[in-house]
Amino acid sequence: MEPAEIIPHSGGVIGASWLMIALPLLGAAILLLGGRRTNAWGHYLGVLMSLGSFVVAVLAFLQLAGGRYSIRLFDFIPGIADISLLVDPLSISFCLLITGVGSLIHIYSIGYMSHDPDRRRFFAYLNLFVAAMLLLVLSSNYVGLFIGWEGVGLASYLLIGFWQFKPTAAAAAKKAFIVNRVGDFGLLVGIFLMWTTFGSLAFGDISGKVGEASQGTLTAIGLLLLLGACGKSAQLPLQSWLLDAMEGPTPVSALIHAATMVTAGVYLVVRSGFIFEGAPTAQLVVTIVGVATLLAGAIIGCAKDDIKKGLAGSTMSQIGYMMLGAGLGPAGYAFAIGHLITHGFFKANMFLGAGSVMHGMNDEVNMRKYGGLFSVMKVTAVTFIIGYLAIIGFPLLSGYFTKDGIIETAMHHNQILGWLAVAGAGLTGFYMSRMVFMTFFGKRRWDSEAHPHESPAVMTVPLIILSIGSIFLGGYLVLSNRLMLFLAPAVGRPEELPVFHWNSVAGLATLALVAVGAVLAWFKYGKAEVPEVAPRGSFVTVFARRDLYGDALNEALLMRPGQWLTRIAVFFDNRGIDGLVNGLAATIGGSSGRLRRLQTGFARTYALSILFGAAVLAGALLLVGNL
Amino acid sequence: MTTEYLVLSALLFAIGALGVLIRRNAIVVFMCVELMLNACNLAFVTFARMHGNLDGQIIAFFVMVVAAAEVVIGLAIIVTIFRTRRSASVDDANLLKY
Repeated sequence: MEPAEIIPHSGGVIGASWLMIALPLLGAAILLLGGRRTNAWGHYLGVLMSLGSFVVAVLAFLQLAGGRYSIRLFDFIPGIADISLLVDPLSISFCLLITGVGSLIHIYSIGYMSHDPDRRRFFAYLNLFVAAMLLLVLSSNYVGLFIGWEGVGLASYLLIGFWQFKPTAAAAAKKAFIVNRVGDFGLLVGIFLMWTTFGSLAFGDISGKVGEASQGTLTAIGLLLLLGACGKSAQLPLQSWLLDAMEGPTPVSALIHAATMVTAGVYLVVRSGFIFEGAPTAQLVVTIVGVATLLAGAIIGCAKDDIKKGLAGSTMSQIGYMMLGAGLGPAGYAFAIGHLITHGFFKANMFLGAGSVMHGMNDEVNMRKYGGLFSVMKVTAVTFIIGYLAIIGFPLLSGYFTKDGIIETAMHHNQILGWLAVAGAGLTGFYMSRMVFMTFFGKRRWDSEAHPHESPAVMTVPLIILSIGSIFLGGYLVLSNRLMLFLAPAVGRPEELPVFHWNSVAGLATLALVAVGAVLAWFKYGKAEVPEVAPRGSFVTVFARRDLYGDALNEALLMRPGQWLTRIAVFFDNRGIDGLVNGLAATIGGSSGRLRRLQTGFARTYALSILFGAAVLAGALLLVGNL
Repeated sequence: MTTEYLVLSALLFAIGALGVLIRRNAIVVFMCVELMLNACNLAFVTFARMHGNLDGQIIAFFVMVVAAAEVVIGLAIIVTIFRTRRSASVDDANLLKY
């Protein structure tokens, strides 16, 4: 089934959907320009703006009824692009996720950041992020999307480096920004290529003209867009920034580096489905990247002792699943988006849970210093475990339905991809169980000055709401294909609707592998004692602990050649260009140093030279006169 | 018969120039400069006579005016230097050099 027509629209809540972007943007402006005067109530304003956005999103969602509406706001680059919004089932799903989970994280941050003197700045950046992310998903053309894309990149940079007095945080922020530039380069060139090929950058125009372009062009555009998506979504080979991004405050990791921003790449691939559906090679590359990342992220997650980095590896892995789904065409889109939404809930849930644990443990992140926390922070533990059960795909919880949908579709499409995705699910079962056992069960390995306690209600209530979403959302979206039918006007759907089977081969194999992973984790980290200092481990452990040598690879392939290049340039500049200029100056300086000896300071020397000059002149005149 | 005047003028100029170059006393150097100026004046007046017009004589007056002004400033400088350095020797005032 083809996507529906886009209808220009004005008036009503949908016509006012620009408010969704404007409210948080206004909040950010007030908090940043107002400065210290807004310190006392800044965080409430931030929460209010985010909640306001959420209310607008809900009202627009209720009015939408499966339509696709474009709302023209103003001309941006005359003749090329205007700023206009596209409100359709796909964008409104994202809006609900961003503003809904975003508002919960805003509320949580009131508690989490209560001791931070810069809390107001934090909320300003969070609001800025929400505004940019909403522009990204609501824009009806690639120019607006790119502005939002860069806006979230900026907000991500500012928030990773929020504690910029820590050198590691400053370095991590820079790393995220630079790695994202590589992806942005791909996206930008892809946009240029679309402009020269189709003469338009609006989604509606391009999807109608895809037939005019050759398959080679479509493949090139698809691969360039994928490069952009890889940068933003931390997919191989641009994954290295996400693990370091955990230097930011935990609510940032939950909102930006788990629930929303890192899924922008998936959004881009699904939104550009009309390009990818015409370029099977690009689609194949998307699925390969997805599978490679889902395995790489899972392997990294298995070895990390830092709870946030373990969750970051898990995020990479889960986005790998979404990419895999997004590369499978209309059959996979709904599952990719469904997994994206449920992942937004359960991963934000677990990140905020990790933040709550850190809050009680003096910001300790090393899981080897946790253990036995279940009894002292019950709400955090229970909500975290619900998120955990959801992500490993425990039957009837959210992750079970959405991840299983992706695996089934992949299996239908290509057996190898399908089985690799099943293997990734087994690894998920292992590393997430390891995390839960190390944190909440087993012997207490706390530092002597640690006094773990439950967090205040402002932090636990968002956890409870998110965990409710983690339980029910997946089933609600997937059973009877609710999400697929809802998204169909925006992204199309397969002719034959999938039917959920609990007893399919892939589904049972996934469950079995997850159970094996969880049991292995129980024996190694639940039953056996966890050493407080990490053992050296086999080479596989070291490989995973060092992020699969991703940084070393970047260093060897890119950084060192770059350094050589700069060294050659510096040498050439110092010896070649500076040598020429300095040599010339030294020659002039040296010769004038000798010449100045002629200035003796005696008046008669000067008088003699004047006389001599006058005599020469007179002689020359006589000579010329006689000729 | 004007040739003799020109020869005299050249002689006076040469004496003046030599005096400027070889004498050390600033006052004497100054007088030699005046001598050179007056040698020029003599030449100007002679040429005026030779060509039968008044141009040379007018220029001679200009030279006298300028010379008078120069004497005022020059003597002032010499006196000032003498006051600060207790010497009127041109070789002692040699600070302005490399």
